[in-house]
Formats: sequence, structure tokens, C-alpha cells
Amino acid sequence: MPPNALLNAAVPLSWYLILSAILFALGVAGFIFRRNIITVFMSIELMLNAVNLSFVTFSYQFRQVDGHIYSFFVMVVAAAEAAVGLAIILTVFKNRATLMIDEVNSMKY
Amino acid sequence: MTVLFFLVFAALAVFCAINLVVQTHPIASALSLIGVMGSLAVLYLQLGGEFIAAAQVIVYAGAIMVLFVFVIMLLNAGAEAATFQVSRFVKYFGVILLAAFLGLISFIIQGALPKTEGVIFGAFQGTALDVGRKLFTAYLLPFEVTSVLILIAIVGAIVLARKEV
Repeated sequence: MPPNALLNAAVPLSWYLILSAILFALGVAGFIFRRNIITVFMSIELMLNAVNLSFVTFSYQFRQVDGHIYSFFVMVVAAAEAAVGLAIILTVFKNRATLMIDEVNSMKY
Repeated sequence: MTVLFFLVFAALAVFCAINLVVQTHPIASALSLIGVMGSLAVLYLQLGGEFIAAAQVIVYAGAIMVLFVFVIMLLNAGAEAATFQVSRFVKYFGVILLAAFLGLISFIIQGALPKTEGVIFGAFQGTALDVGRKLFTAYLLPFEVTSVLILIAIVGAIVLARKEV
């Protein structure tokens, strides 16, 4: 393959979607495996980012900016969620003095 | 050049995402998440999302992650305890299931997507002008509802963070 072919080649659209799926799956893994409540929260942000990538990719596919607007709304919701969620984490820490989700289980019993 | 950029930043994003999941200290996870967001901003730019790339860096990597890092430092969160009491079934079978899920999704995506032309940088530019025009005409109502949502979030955060809860 001549070097110019690689430089001028187009990226298949599916690669972006597969990258999005990989990031989403990693976010799910972090959500399931981590015990620190802040890391769990960051995994949720990772999932939101992965979905945003899908939105922007489909936006390119259809040559419309609607996908950009959807991902803009996702960002806004993520900002609101981060503000409220971190306030909840602060309250939990104030009442329980722990950040491990396994120790915040008094609803279980 | 587009392929090269995609591969470099996709690899960076996946590496940072794996790092986010495997690191035990929240600060390391937060820095990895910023790496993911920066790489994704480059990919958005490649897909013609100028406005979204800028918003990604400013809102996500700027504002939201500063909030995260602030809370981590405020709570003085240390590394997770090593006592990982997840059953071995979950630990190994979960990883296998995740990999199978990914393979299935990739297969479906490859098969279902029509064979269109690939992404070439500059073929489509969703400029801030286009985004703004659509946002304030077709999506005006959702935009206004969003501002109400932000207001509710601010009030909720203040109520939650009060002294006597």
C-alpha cells in the first residue's frame, strides 16, 4: 500500500460506532466493578460520552446538525446530574463518613 | 490523515477508559476521564462537530470534571480498599459477557450499517451557525425546558448541600 493511500483513505462510519460501543461497555464495567461512589459516577459520565459519539456520528451520516443538538442536550443533562449527584455524594459522606457503596446498604435490612 | 488521526485518538480514548476502570484512586480515574473527553473532542471535530467539540472541552472537560476533582479533594477520597468482595463468577464471567456483548454489537453495527462513504475531514461542517439556527428555531421548546431543568438542579443541589439535612 503506498503511503498516500492511507493518508487519503476515509474512516468507515462503523468504526466510530464500534468505538462508541467499546466506551459504553467500559463504562458499564466501571459501573459494575468499582466500589467508590465517585468512580461509579464517573463511569456514568463515560457512558454518556459514548452515546454522544454515536449522536455526532449519525449526524455526519445524515448531514444534519440535529445529532449535535441532541448531544448538546445530553451535556446539559450531564451537568445538572453532576451538580445534584455530587451534592448527594457530599450528603452521604457527611452522614456515613464513607464513599464505598457497599457500606451504604441500610435500605437492604 | 483522517484514518491516522482516528486510530491515534480512538486508541487514546480506549486506553484512558480502561485506565478509568482499573485505577483504584479516584483522582487517577478523573484524569483518565479527562483524557477520554479530550480524545472524543478531536473525533467530534473530525466528524464536523465544531460547536460540540468546543462544548465538550469547555463544559465536560472544563466545568463538570472540575466539579468532580473538587469533590474528590474536598472529601479527601483515598484509594479503594483492596478487599474486593465480588464473587469469582461475577468477576470472570462478567468480563467474558462484556466481551461477547461488544462482539455482538460490533457485528450488528457492521452488518446493519449501509455501505456509505467513509468519514473525510471537512466533508460536513456543522458550524456553530447551523447549530444555533436550528437550536433556536426547531428545538426552541426543548432548549427552554433545559433551562428549567438547570434551575431545578441548582435548587436541588443547594437544598442537598445545606447544613441541616
